[in-house]
Amino acid sequence: MAAIYPLTFAALLFSVGVYGVLSRRNAVLVLMSVELMIAAVVVNLVAMNEIVATQMGDPLLTGQAFALFVLGIGAAEVGVGLAIVLLLYRNRANVNVDDAELMKY
Amino acid sequence: MIAELSWLIPAVPAVSAALIFLIGKRLPRHGAEIGITAMAATLVLAIAVAAQVWRANVGVTIDPEGGGGAFLLERAVTLAPLGEDIAVQLGMRVDGLAAMMFVLVALVSLMVHIYSVGYMHGDARYTYYFGLLSLFSFSMLLLVIASDLLVLLVGWELVGVCSFLLIGFWWERKEIQDASMKAFLTTKFGDVGLVVAVVALGGATGSFAIGDILEAVEAGEVSHGLLTFALIAMILGVVGKSAQFPLHTWLPDAMAGPTPVSALIHAATMVTAGGFLVARLYPAFHESAAATGTLAVIGAITLITAGLLALVQSDVKKVLAYSTISQLGYMIAGLAFSYVAGVFHLFTHGFFKALLFLGAGSLIHAAGSNHMEAMGGLRRFMPITFWTFLLGSLALIAVPPFAGFWSKDEVLVSALDAGGYTGILVFALGGVGGLITAFYMTRVLYLVFAGQYRGHGQPHESPASMTFPMIVLAVAAVGIGWVNLPVEAVQARAFSSWVMYDLGYWVEHPVEFHPFLALMATVLALAGVLGAWAIYRTYPERDPMYHLGIVSHVLERRYYLDDLYTDLISRTAVRDLMGPAAAWTNDAVLDGVVAGAGRGAMGLGRRLYRTGDQKGLEGVVNGLGVSALWSAARVRLAQSGNVQLYAGAMFVGVVVLAVAFAVGGN
Repeated sequence: MAAIYPLTFAALLFSVGVYGVLSRRNAVLVLMSVELMIAAVVVNLVAMNEIVATQMGDPLLTGQAFALFVLGIGAAEVGVGLAIVLLLYRNRANVNVDDAELMKY
Repeated sequence: MIAELSWLIPAVPAVSAALIFLIGKRLPRHGAEIGITAMAATLVLAIAVAAQVWRANVGVTIDPEGGGGAFLLERAVTLAPLGEDIAVQLGMRVDGLAAMMFVLVALVSLMVHIYSVGYMHGDARYTYYFGLLSLFSFSMLLLVIASDLLVLLVGWELVGVCSFLLIGFWWERKEIQDASMKAFLTTKFGDVGLVVAVVALGGATGSFAIGDILEAVEAGEVSHGLLTFALIAMILGVVGKSAQFPLHTWLPDAMAGPTPVSALIHAATMVTAGGFLVARLYPAFHESAAATGTLAVIGAITLITAGLLALVQSDVKKVLAYSTISQLGYMIAGLAFSYVAGVFHLFTHGFFKALLFLGAGSLIHAAGSNHMEAMGGLRRFMPITFWTFLLGSLALIAVPPFAGFWSKDEVLVSALDAGGYTGILVFALGGVGGLITAFYMTRVLYLVFAGQYRGHGQPHESPASMTFPMIVLAVAAVGIGWVNLPVEAVQARAFSSWVMYDLGYWVEHPVEFHPFLALMATVLALAGVLGAWAIYRTYPERDPMYHLGIVSHVLERRYYLDDLYTDLISRTAVRDLMGPAAAWTNDAVLDGVVAGAGRGAMGLGRRLYRTGDQKGLEGVVNGLGVSALWSAARVRLAQSGNVQLYAGAMFVGVVVLAVAFAVGGN
């Protein structure tokens, strides 16, 4: 079962991303952790495609094609996220996510 | 097969109406030219179709055993399925009856269009008027051609709407608004019955198509009780539309509209729709003695009461209106006994009554008043109007050989042949009605045309656009009765064969010409003429009709029917009797109950307030509020504004869900 290796790797990568999102205070680092989670999803897509292709045959390589889509969308998402971080810095002179609590009760 | 193109007959006026409303105002003749062209085309088509039916029906030798064989053309497109197996069909059913109505409607409508060019000249809403005329012609022809009772109902309501709009054409005056509203609501009251009848017949036979319904009824598939119920309900619609007793009160008020409209709608076409409907479903009516008996009694009452009312009117249009009601009574009563009698009278009456209304319009145009007191001596000023009006009157009085004589005679003969109580009733009242008709028409002739002019200004003959239609209709009034001559030499009973739905009908219903009966009817008519002549010859101004004491009074008050409807029912019964009764009930009974209940409630309330409310409920309510505040203070802490806390909550949630799926999914 060769597929177990990439799947385990993806799970670990995702966990690292979750930890980063929940624990880092710097917004840039939070954003990077989100990218780690997306990368884990991409790895999962490729690995799953391999499983499906060997068992049922998948000439269209659906999972790998989707991986490319996710990478593209991830790049766009980083663009939006960094723009928000930049505005946050301009307004507050720091990028701590703890301090950005305007939505508090 | 020109009859295949019959659908064009209603379609052409429909297009004409649309064109007049859209571009009529910008045309040199303001839309009148479109309407007249369209109606002329319709008339040509109608005559072509009628001729084809004539060739197919008239002169055919009838097999005494088989019967049948009358011309019938049915074409339909299914519009919408209703549920499982009932469908609405937009279709045409062209037979002798429809062909006859095509000719009648198209000819009278064309004449009224031409006449209106002169009569409505200079009116502020000239284009709108012609648009409505075309719209009405379309609606009436749709009603006639419909092969489906639902489509027929659409036409039926459309003519009602057009009638409403045209009666209220000069809507600036309050009484005209009231008249149009009265006409609309009164006929609408009858239409409820028609809708019930249509639904009952459609439900009983599983189809709204007239052909299917008649087949089912003739095959005995509809139970007799249900059929009688449906037909009696339908008679209610007929009574409303054809202004039969006791729903006739709207028609005299409808005279508030322009006179050509009265000629077209309230004399020749729309008011005969009731008779047409009965004729359309005649095989069904034939099955139910109760329905035909009702028709006979209603027709007999109407023809005599309306005839008497015509005696005391001073407004020339109202005389004609009551006369129309009376003649419609003849039609309905005739239909009770014989298909041909009613349909033939409908046909001839359409021509000569339209002529009389157009003549009245010409008189009103000249004298500037509806009232016969303001006329007199007009024979010298208006020769064409005089002669055409005289011919129309002779046809209405039923002097041989004018049109009305042949058709009214047919009604009386069929009633006498049928016998029984209803037959004798219709025969006797119809004979007396002929005398009355002769009397009131002679009165009109004397008051309007004899003696000295009593109005203002100098009366003058109407323009050619108005006299031409009168001349055309006068020719019809003189000659149209001859299409059904009971003489072997000239195609005997041609009209009857032409409109007949089943040529075998003649085997069972041979209608003979009774020379003695015809002589008697003529003598009665002449007696009426002579009576009126004796009275009005010398002093047309001193009208004895207003000096008959209680009789005049009752007639002038129109049998108190209007008083019954407005004063007794809506005012006395509802306002004066039911109102005070309701007020007394309100004051004495309801107030007592309410007051007692109030006192009891107050005592109970006070007790409740002290114990239940102050101690129980107040505590609960306050407790609820306090607990809401307290829990809100705890819950709001979740809204920390900390993004990472939210992300963590989401993550925990996803994990919980994932676990739940992993465990529960298996």
